Amino acid sequence: MRQVLARAIGGVAIIGLIAGAAACNSGSSSDDTASEGNCGYKLAFFGALTGSAANLGVNIEQGFELAIDQYNKAKGSTCIEVAKFDSQGEASVAPGVARSLVADKKILGIVGPPFSGESEAADPIFESAGIPTISPSATRVSLSSKGWKVFHRAVANDDAQGPAAAAYIKDNLKATKVFVADDQSAYGAGLAEVVKTKLGALVVATDKTEGDGKQADFSALVQKVQSSGATALFYGGYYTNAGIIRKQLTAAGWKGTLLGGDGMKDPGLSKASGVQAAVGTVVTCPCSPPEAAGGTFVNDYKAKWNQDAGTYSDVAFDAANIFLQGIDAGNNTTTKLNDYLKTVNYKGIANTYKFTETGELDPNFIKVWAFKFDSSGDAKADVEIKTS
Amino acid sequence: MDFSGLINDFGPLTVTGLAQGAIIALFALGYTLVYGVLRLINFAHSEVFLLGTYACLFVWGLFGLDQNSATPSVGPMLFYMVIGLVAAIVVSGATALTVEFVAYRPLRRRNAPPLAFLITAIGASLFISEVVGVTTHRNQTGVPPIIQARPLFTIGDTTVTNLQVLIILLALVMMFALDRFINGSRLGRGVRAVAQNPDSAALMGVNKSRVIALVFLLGGLMAGIAAVMYDLKIGVTRYDAGFLLGIDAFTAAVLGGIGNLRGALLGGLLLGVLQNYAAGLFGSQWLHAASFVLLVVILLFRPTGLLGESLGRSRA
Amino acid sequence: MSEKASFRTSGGVRGWFGRQPWYVRAVLILFFTVLAYLLPYAGDVPLLGPQIITEGIDWPSALFNMSYYVLLALGLNVVVGYAGLLDLGYVGFFAVGAYGTALLTSPDSVIYADTGWKWLMAVPAALVLTMLAGVILGWPTLRLRGDYLAIVTLGFAEIIRIVATSTTTLRGDRGFASIPHPPGSWNGEPIFGVTDAIPYFWLGLTVIILVILGVRNLDRSRVGRSWLAIREDEEAAEVMGVRTFKYKLWAFAIGAFIGGLGGVLFAGEQSFINSQTFVLQFSILVLAGVVMGGSGNMAGAILGGVLISYIPDRLRGLSFGDTDLYEYRFAIFGAAIILIMVLRPQGLIPSRRRAMELKDREKEVAPL
Repeated sequence: MRQVLARAIGGVAIIGLIAGAAACNSGSSSDDTASEGNCGYKLAFFGALTGSAANLGVNIEQGFELAIDQYNKAKGSTCIEVAKFDSQGEASVAPGVARSLVADKKILGIVGPPFSGESEAADPIFESAGIPTISPSATRVSLSSKGWKVFHRAVANDDAQGPAAAAYIKDNLKATKVFVADDQSAYGAGLAEVVKTKLGALVVATDKTEGDGKQADFSALVQKVQSSGATALFYGGYYTNAGIIRKQLTAAGWKGTLLGGDGMKDPGLSKASGVQAAVGTVVTCPCSPPEAAGGTFVNDYKAKWNQDAGTYSDVAFDAANIFLQGIDAGNNTTTKLNDYLKTVNYKGIANTYKFTETGELDPNFIKVWAFKFDSSGDAKADVEIKTS
Repeated sequence: MDFSGLINDFGPLTVTGLAQGAIIALFALGYTLVYGVLRLINFAHSEVFLLGTYACLFVWGLFGLDQNSATPSVGPMLFYMVIGLVAAIVVSGATALTVEFVAYRPLRRRNAPPLAFLITAIGASLFISEVVGVTTHRNQTGVPPIIQARPLFTIGDTTVTNLQVLIILLALVMMFALDRFINGSRLGRGVRAVAQNPDSAALMGVNKSRVIALVFLLGGLMAGIAAVMYDLKIGVTRYDAGFLLGIDAFTAAVLGGIGNLRGALLGGLLLGVLQNYAAGLFGSQWLHAASFVLLVVILLFRPTGLLGESLGRSRA
Repeated sequence: MSEKASFRTSGGVRGWFGRQPWYVRAVLILFFTVLAYLLPYAGDVPLLGPQIITEGIDWPSALFNMSYYVLLALGLNVVVGYAGLLDLGYVGFFAVGAYGTALLTSPDSVIYADTGWKWLMAVPAALVLTMLAGVILGWPTLRLRGDYLAIVTLGFAEIIRIVATSTTTLRGDRGFASIPHPPGSWNGEPIFGVTDAIPYFWLGLTVIILVILGVRNLDRSRVGRSWLAIREDEEAAEVMGVRTFKYKLWAFAIGAFIGGLGGVLFAGEQSFINSQTFVLQFSILVLAGVVMGGSGNMAGAILGGVLISYIPDRLRGLSFGDTDLYEYRFAIFGAAIILIMVLRPQGLIPSRRRAMELKDREKEVAPL
């Protein structure tokens, strides 16, 4: 009896010592701080590499990585490392992954998060750690009013994209009856709301659907669109749902035009609906046509990734280069790099970048383009929509 | 609440609802059959359906058809339909049997508690859908337009397309055929016997394991047909297509009276139609909420579903 | 046979443990509890540490995830394991707890102007709300038979999700941001910050311990015995005078309470919730975890909760060849579930009753 007790206490003591020693150890300094000079640091991509809208995240990550690769090649060594963090585009996963990111002290800057929902969840963590972020695609307006000093947006937000889409419907399409729907996502609902307000009396009916992956049968929506007599349908949502909707609309014999925002600008839409059905679908994007990107970007991207540059790949490329230029100029801490972003005026391949106090892109550099799906299954540039 | 919308679209919404409901009914027949005989909620049935949707796509792909193809003319169209159906039925049936042999039979041998079966079914469903998901990179796959939906006739101001008629007819025919089989044939009598009391049936000379295999096969048959119809109507399939539709189908099966074949048909059609009405009245985002509210209301007044459980109670 | 007596006579570790005198048991329990609190530092244990801790996700965050999964598993165990009620929509209670907290504390909430409470103040209110939800769900549905109850609970969780997505008050995908963290400061810095998840894990662990103590007492009381009777044969229990409806409702309410606890902690840690989190797959996962771990006993539920959270998180960032193993996590899970159920249908840590039950059932297998 006493023996057992002694053994138990002894065992406890020994293991307790080990655990205590381990605990004490963790208090000591963590990763070795980066080497001298401006090398040995990392830039991170944080966003959806897997999940239903993964294509958008992957496009951005690839543009980001291309920029760093070229920089390293020019330097002749792996000066800046690439760190990738997959948040799956989900707000509930984002914080845990974000904490892993901030635990790595070598990361000086983040390109991302690409989606507005995960930005809401992860940006407070980046703010707390002081790591500057440049998002190449999160367009939710409210992100810049949270008081985050590290938040920067390299594109226009939905306050620009929405009115542009409405202007296109009114002036280019000259539609008189418009149906507005959205997928209730933070991005889609926000965009559709702005479009609806701008179109005013042209909107004959509205509807909402469930998000990507939660609904496959849109026959009720299709029915409503048909009986409303609308010749144009604006859908605030992503390419996954939009492709199915376009297909079901065509099957039901609806001949109108489907329009949407940058979330629908992906060949995934025509892959679902069939290339023929998708022809004529118009999507707006606060980005320039990737083919119009300056320099050798288009060919370089194709050479490295064996696919054409996608939506926002060029913006991500520019965002990465803004950071790289900043690091090169000696801003080798997160604070210095964040301060650098305050005054940066960078002429990139897709746009010129200057940030306002709240992290928004300087209004002078905002541009919204309309893209149309053609028989290649991809959205090609149509016109630039002048936002006055 | 958009009453005018509902009233204006009443006809079209009813027809769309019936077509949607018919697919749900075919799917629900599989659930209800397995439940009636085994008292098991076969979660894996949604994956049986899922593999059926991919099977016909694969076979059509062998002939060079994909989402960008043109609609074939009548002759080839019939051919594609037949081989698509055969492929889907074979694959669905095979999947159902595989799940039965790998997952359920060992448990039955140990006389495991019912909860164990349910969890194993969940595991099987998860495994299959995830493997499909990883293989397809969670992208959706477009379906070739084998049948182009064309208006067939009009009732009042409602157009009914050929596809919708086909789907509804198929569901009715299959339910009828299944019903005749269960109630009329010798094997069907065996099914009913096992449904009523497995051990007595075994004592009376019914080969229990063969009957169970048959039940899964029949469920797979129904699912395969539903799969092809789903592909043609929805136009795309994804790794989680089974899960989504499965919830609706399970609801429909319970609504009509789980274990009751006619209940599954009634439940399915009713669910489809009422979902569409709810969509017309409140907006498409409330589709699924409507089906669950309906279910709760019906169960409150008729705790065993609309038509009650009846597979075990013979009507012959 | 009383529970303590059966503890002593069963085989294996549990039996050995039951046979020790009380002070030995106390020391061992204390020891393991302290070890649990030291888990965030597991990475520093030589050799074994780096194999255990997660790579793609911050280890304390993974621990916190485990803690709320364990809470959910414990709560579902009360409903499914103790009372025998098949609940396929448990995430609904988790959601009500989280949303309750968000509505009362987040600046995005419509009632913020009237409340604007801090996290701690909102906790009891959110928990009351969740228990109410449990009662509201239970009242009309507990008269239904087992499998019907399953689909209704599933429907309940889905309705909650759809209402959360589609009503303006609950803000759908936009969600509630800036939910305040739990209170407290140390050296001028708040304990519950944004970048360090360790305090959250400790809070979760403390809550788990309290829940374990509470449920254990319930299980040993009249309520627990009534649950046992209901689970084994409801009609017989009713005939013997057990007020089955009342005790089933109690099970639901307590299960809801624990689920709500998880939701409240989750909201306080994430600081942001939206309708995407509370999907049906979550309920199904927790149920699978509870049954895999061994339903009807808390050790099994805890193990189940740990497994369903740890395995996917551990796989994050690991690659096999050129694919990220994380992609395969649910496929691996599905296979694991099938394997565990076929080889050990009573669960990894079966309740003694279950194990005995299974032995009996195996004896009465009818010819196939």
